[in-house]
Amino acid sequence: MTDNKVLFTKEMQKDYTILIPMMAPIHFQLLRNVLVHSRYNVELLENTGPSVVEQGLKYVHNDTCYPALLVIGQMIDALKSGKYDVHKTALIITQTGGGCRASNYIYLLRKALKKADLGFVPVISLNLSGLDSQPGFKLSLSMLQKMLCALVYGDLLMDLTNQVRPYEVASGTADQLCQHWIDDLSRQFDHRQGLSIGDMKRNMRDIVMSYAAIERQKRDLVKVGIVGEIYIKYSPLGNNSLEKFLAEQQCEVKLPGMMGFMLYCVYNGVEDVKLYGGGFVKKQLMSFVYSLVLKLEKMTIDAIRTYSDFDVPGSFPEMKAGAEQIIGLGAKMGEGWLLTGEMVELNKSGFKNIICTQPFGCLPNHIVGKGMIRKIREQDPDCNIVAIDYDPSATQVNQENRIKLMLSIARENMKKAETDTASMPVPQAE
Amino acid sequence: MRLGIDIGSTTIKYVVLDDAGRCIDQDYQRHSCQITEKLIEVLQKVSAKYNQPAMALAVSGSAAMGLQEKCSLPFVQEVYATRIAATKRLEEVDCIIELGGEDAKILFLSGGLEVRMNGTCAGGTGAFIDQMATLLNLSAEEMNEAAKQAEKLYTIASRCGVFAKSDIQPLINQGADKEDLAASIYQAVVNQTIQGLAQGRKIEGRVVYLGGPLTFNSELRAAFDKTLKLTGVCPENSLYYVAIGTALLAEDPVNFADAIEQLQTMDASSFVRSLPPLFADEDEYRRFSERHQRNQVRVHEPKEIIGRCALGIDAGSTTVKMVLINEQEEILYSMYQPNQGNALQLVREALIELMRANPRMEIVSSCVTGYGEDLIRSAFGVDAGIVETMAHFTASRKYMPDVDFIIDIGGQDIKCFKIHNGTIDNIFLNEACSSGCGSFLQTFANALGYEIEDFSRLGLFAKHPVDLGSRCTVFMNSSVKQAQKDGATIDEISAGLSISVVKNALYKVIRTADAKSLGKHIITQGGTFYNDAVLRAFEQELDTEVIRPNIAGLMGAYGCALHALRHCPDASSLLNLDQLEHFHNEIRYVQCGLCNNHCRLTVNQFSDGRKYIGGNRCERPVTKKSTSQDLNIYAVKRELLSQYKPVPGPRGKIGLPLALNMMELLPFWHTFFTELGFEVVTSGFASLEKYQKAQNSIPSDTICFPAKLVHAAIQSLLDQQIPAIFYPCMTYNMREKNADNNYNCPVVAYYPEVIAANMQQVTQCDFIYDYVGIHRQKNFPIKVHKILNQHFRVGLREVIKASKKAYEANDQHLETIRQKGQEIITQAQLDDRQIIVLAGRPYHADPLVSHDIDKLITSYGAAVISEDVINEEVGKKELGVWNQWTYHSRLYAAARYVATQEKMNLVQLVSFGCGVDAITTDEVREILEEHGKIYTQIKIDEITNLGAVKIRLRSLFAALKQEEEHHD
Repeated sequence: MTDNKVLFTKEMQKDYTILIPMMAPIHFQLLRNVLVHSRYNVELLENTGPSVVEQGLKYVHNDTCYPALLVIGQMIDALKSGKYDVHKTALIITQTGGGCRASNYIYLLRKALKKADLGFVPVISLNLSGLDSQPGFKLSLSMLQKMLCALVYGDLLMDLTNQVRPYEVASGTADQLCQHWIDDLSRQFDHRQGLSIGDMKRNMRDIVMSYAAIERQKRDLVKVGIVGEIYIKYSPLGNNSLEKFLAEQQCEVKLPGMMGFMLYCVYNGVEDVKLYGGGFVKKQLMSFVYSLVLKLEKMTIDAIRTYSDFDVPGSFPEMKAGAEQIIGLGAKMGEGWLLTGEMVELNKSGFKNIICTQPFGCLPNHIVGKGMIRKIREQDPDCNIVAIDYDPSATQVNQENRIKLMLSIARENMKKAETDTASMPVPQAE
Repeated sequence: MRLGIDIGSTTIKYVVLDDAGRCIDQDYQRHSCQITEKLIEVLQKVSAKYNQPAMALAVSGSAAMGLQEKCSLPFVQEVYATRIAATKRLEEVDCIIELGGEDAKILFLSGGLEVRMNGTCAGGTGAFIDQMATLLNLSAEEMNEAAKQAEKLYTIASRCGVFAKSDIQPLINQGADKEDLAASIYQAVVNQTIQGLAQGRKIEGRVVYLGGPLTFNSELRAAFDKTLKLTGVCPENSLYYVAIGTALLAEDPVNFADAIEQLQTMDASSFVRSLPPLFADEDEYRRFSERHQRNQVRVHEPKEIIGRCALGIDAGSTTVKMVLINEQEEILYSMYQPNQGNALQLVREALIELMRANPRMEIVSSCVTGYGEDLIRSAFGVDAGIVETMAHFTASRKYMPDVDFIIDIGGQDIKCFKIHNGTIDNIFLNEACSSGCGSFLQTFANALGYEIEDFSRLGLFAKHPVDLGSRCTVFMNSSVKQAQKDGATIDEISAGLSISVVKNALYKVIRTADAKSLGKHIITQGGTFYNDAVLRAFEQELDTEVIRPNIAGLMGAYGCALHALRHCPDASSLLNLDQLEHFHNEIRYVQCGLCNNHCRLTVNQFSDGRKYIGGNRCERPVTKKSTSQDLNIYAVKRELLSQYKPVPGPRGKIGLPLALNMMELLPFWHTFFTELGFEVVTSGFASLEKYQKAQNSIPSDTICFPAKLVHAAIQSLLDQQIPAIFYPCMTYNMREKNADNNYNCPVVAYYPEVIAANMQQVTQCDFIYDYVGIHRQKNFPIKVHKILNQHFRVGLREVIKASKKAYEANDQHLETIRQKGQEIITQAQLDDRQIIVLAGRPYHADPLVSHDIDKLITSYGAAVISEDVINEEVGKKELGVWNQWTYHSRLYAAARYVATQEKMNLVQLVSFGCGVDAITTDEVREILEEHGKIYTQIKIDEITNLGAVKIRLRSLFAALKQEEEHHD
């Protein structure tokens, strides 16, 4: 059905509030601040609870993937909450343009709004492919640069917070420090600082050193990596606060960063040309952006390596190499081969216990997640992977039970490794 | 001493081990949701019996989770506990299969430890067996006994209880033997366990069976043994392995008195998501009851029935209803009974009783509807048979001429229809995956030890009904589990279940959010609405008042009676008293050999020599001749594909799986490789045998059926020992003019990766699954040349030539389909036939995928074409969705074309688990409905039961006919 798209006009820019659904809390706070400083009135949605799911179930086809249901549910719930003047509110949603259902979220949102008698609310698509443009919302080059930086910093903060939090002596220190940096960086962006290569290097150094300065104690924790569909992987609303649950279960958690996903999206353009031909210009452009973002990633890794003894996150080229042993790099829908690569990389870097999260019935995940577990385990039988489905009716008790099983095996492996090392003959000096 | 307690979904078990680890005490009982109470009981008992103030103890099991946080009882994960117990107590175990109330687990102990539990969508376990036993009207023990006498097996889907029910119910109605059904149910559990859990890993060596169902049902063990081709062991204490492992893992002593006190004071209800109560107080309930009591159909039951009257029978999935009316259309007699799995005898007895009591009654006409329609009609000579929807519609209109919307929730199905201008305008039926409505409540009530009436009444005044979600019954089971864990009471669960049935109907089946779209006059009917809690929940959810006739459960039968009266034959063919008394039938089973489906036929031989054949998918065994498939594009497509035969060539054989996108691309690849001098061998269409053989290599049990069949296709090529198999990954499909982009869906695009990673045997041949882009004709030859040269030596020049031919063949193939389709359209228009666009994907041409639904449609006299016949008839247009998949873009285009055509309607085939269709179905529906067309959707899966499909199609045709009459 053709519906006339509700425009987000230039005038609306002035007095409309734009609502952003929440995904990865650290990254999205930074992104929000970038948009606010670009003179958009944005607000990050923090409403959760059963009414979000209820609204989603009510207005979205129930077989649609869970992230769509949650994101749309969260927005409609917010609009109906009375907190906003619905005639002065717009919504923003990301659109990837890839072969998975996610490219259709924006259409599902518009359909849902219509059904909820909110059809007049304009929806803005956030994407890099020039899809579905709105006159009142333009991504300028400087905004793009800031957003990219926000992701880079976000990854760094998330990784370090995850490495420090379980071991900190004074509980809450890592989270406070993270919040401090979010505020500090947002202020810098506002003054057009923190964006140049020099500024970033300096910030990264300071960030890493500030985390390294936190007093930590040694504890024997189970190391658990989380991969999966991007929304479910990061969003506590989507994964029933998985990170919190794992923390309670005495685990150290590692989530591969968002830059990997960015790089993956860019790299796919290069791979496409390689596999199917054509588009010399496209390839050149993509290669250029690719090497640029790759450089930022390398800076992050170097900063951690130089200024601390923290574990260094796996780099994108490493993920790619890991993936290639298992799956073709042409598998590029949804999280595609990157998800497989992340599992391989996590396993290699000592996070042998992996939770692969996905919305129930997620199509790409049938292939790159569940479909590849067997092959990964063939290469390393010690790799302990559990696939967990999330949807409105998948109960927490079921999910946690499966995770606990995975953790039981993890603990056993940990003990075995300890005794193995203990009984190992001491190497003799020659 | 150590104590291990295992609290599962239905039972609580404990063991006490002495210091040497020997089992000195054990017991189990059902806990009926009363987890804390029962746990306290156990603790008190053990403490008193052994006179110990404290003991090393731990708890395990799904219902025990959370006790750890709330009252610091150590918790052990149950599968892990099993493993510990097994490694300590048994020697040389290779594999453990453990079935519980709602869980199924496989543990591989040797050769790489692996433990697997069933996913959230797998119900084939203890609860499933219980449900099926209830359906057969047997106790669990009786079912095991019955299975020993089995002679043959039926194919029953076991993914969840709902699917299995829809397979079993028609078999029961056709009169299949309970013995065979019982054995078939066990076999279904076995298949489910192997497919769902083994996931490609072979179960071999020393196998151990644990858990309730495997302990108590010898025939289930036998079924496992037979399928796995080994003899498994069911060790002593097989029920208690979780508890034993838990005890073994218990470390620190726990003080009994402290633990009991903590349990008693624990705030259990704090985490339950609750909903507003159904009724604020008794007063509100009274007003509600009074309002509904006003809705009465006149029932006048005289002492003796005299004179002309008409009979209506509704042989539903779980109940049989009968109504007798006089010529004034007043009800003189009614009957409503559970069918006990034998509707035929029940109807016969009721009729005999009725006729004996009323010798002066004259039944001038009769009509039957429901699942048992065909059997009862042919057994007793009933004059007419109508589809359920029409029966309900007829009754509702009699009751309320200006009815806008009818919703019927029966034992197994939900039927809803909108009425527009006096005709059925839109039909919603539940999909196979969300059925279990009435019978679900029933089963659940029984499982908790209540009668359904008492159980639902409990919920009326619950202060905080539990929010149980709105999905299929299997999910609801787990939701209830969670609620139990959080300490919800029976009345709260009861109310929650009633509400979830309603939500399921509204959001899953009707897909509406507000009452306005349903209209002003809403009639609720079907047995489930006798339940006040369900009725109230329905009104609450829609925020409107609806009408429940006093004969809500009889509406189908009443509608039949009305139909019978209005279409009175010259002489009724209904059997008379004498004939009924001497009526008996014998059931034989034969396998039909008339085509490759090999349907298992149930032949009912009646006493007067007539017979009734059930279980058939087409009319051939009945009429002895096949329906002409001239007007069926699916038959044409199959014929076209079968023409691509192997042509011996110098380069040897290469295999192509005939599945997913390879089906439409067969002409392309066949031509391409034949040109290059290969002998192209295909896997042929799928068959159930091939599928079952390969199903253990499927890694994701919730993926769509067409994808699962790829495993069968590859297996069949491997069996033929083809040296090379070509199955490329294809992100992109051909570009077509109507779409915004030309993607394949993720499953179609990358399934070759899954095959490579999960079917080990493909390493024995040259499995070519590189990424190929046919969408760039210019680059294709160079790229594919490079790929092929990693395996063979081929020249670029010949590849370029072959490519050109391949593209031509592809265009030619699609053009032929369009042409043949147009011929069918022209012929159908000449004959004044209905044309059905059976729209899906090209791979629905596989008869196993589409369950011969195309032939079913032609048997109703309509012509069948597919979406790819007409998708070029309309130009590009902006839609309400992002139109990025090639195959799916054809659906939208077809819908837009159908919207403009007379006597042409669209039926969409949707595979269970197809995520993309969650988007396409809504859009196709919108396109059609905007132009006043009826949208019909058929969900297909492994199930072979066509009952629900028939209802849908017959309703569609009935509605179209009605519409036509209306216009005349």
